[in-house]
Amino acid sequence: MIHTVNKSPFERNSLDSCIRLSVKGAPILLIEDGVLAATRGTSVSDKVAAAMDDHPMFVLGPDLKARGLAEDDVADGITIVDYSGFVDLVVEHGTVQSWL
Amino acid sequence: MKFGILVNEGPFTHQASDSAYQFVKAAIEKGHQVMRVFFYYDGVNNANKLSAPQSDDRNLVKLWGELAAEHNVDLVVCIAAALRRGIVEDNLADGFRISGLGQLTEVGIAADRLVVFGD
Amino acid sequence: MSDTEIEFDTAGITRKFMYVNRKAPYGTIYALEVLEAVLISAAFEQHACIVFIDDGVYQIKKGQDTAAVNMKNFSKTYGIIAMEKEDADEDEDMDMVWRIIVEKESMEARGLSRDDFVIDVEVIPSDELAIIMAEQEIVISG
Repeated sequence: MIHTVNKSPFERNSLDSCIRLSVKGAPILLIEDGVLAATRGTSVSDKVAAAMDDHPMFVLGPDLKARGLAEDDVADGITIVDYSGFVDLVVEHGTVQSWL
Repeated sequence: MKFGILVNEGPFTHQASDSAYQFVKAAIEKGHQVMRVFFYYDGVNNANKLSAPQSDDRNLVKLWGELAAEHNVDLVVCIAAALRRGIVEDNLADGFRISGLGQLTEVGIAADRLVVFGD
Repeated sequence: MSDTEIEFDTAGITRKFMYVNRKAPYGTIYALEVLEAVLISAAFEQHACIVFIDDGVYQIKKGQDTAAVNMKNFSKTYGIIAMEKEDADEDEDMDMVWRIIVEKESMEARGLSRDDFVIDVEVIPSDELAIIMAEQEIVISG
């Protein structure tokens, strides 16, 4: 299973619920406003870093760029993918759980 | 691999339909098959041919239709959700068809992956 | 309906569907339309886990009275889901398992208990629910 989160962690609890309800090892892909969780030095950075102990973390590059966030702003350990990479993750990891 | 897609939002309030469109395009480019895109909730507004975005904006209604024509993607609008929102055969855009919610269950069963885009 | 119906062959295939409800009723339409999707899947005799997480637990709260907001009170429809589940449980010829699950943490965080719900539910802690989720083949969230 792969989880996608499309909500800002500053506004909604989608990322929290995703972390609480995903099994160890399941990858999490941040898309749309969810990408706001990926940048370093924010009030949620520690939470995201802790989640990365259990989950490979990915972020959708086109959504970062659209929001004026550079690849350099992304916290260490988070992998940036494009839509093609999004498709590959879904192929590789099976069922998709979209945390809306 | 065979994909099914569920789009829960229209083209003008949320990014969901754009994300779904980009995902579908990428999947097809990689040689995957997209069996069906099912439009539910406000997603049915993606099929409104009367929608007229400004000229400098993308026209998702048209883009979905073109993608369907080019790559034989089945675009299905949920009839119950469509009726609520005034989407009927008269204003249904090219490439879309109106059918029952069972078509969502069906593609869930038939496809290898169902990916949901919503809000 | 359009003239050209396209159908996929699904005969004899039973897959594991999960329906995730995370939003309170009435503020948005998601709860009602997920419910419609669940009911349709019964016709296809598919496995279904209907889960209530976060504010979704309010969807099955007892005592909903929408008269003064003039909206359709669909909380009674959950009774139909409970009946479908009973039918599936009792019919031994039917290869269909339905579960109705509330996440314990979400319920407790909102000061609710299982007596507050209009239907019988399984109350399951998040670590166990995560495992059930990971076993699903199709997850539909609204």
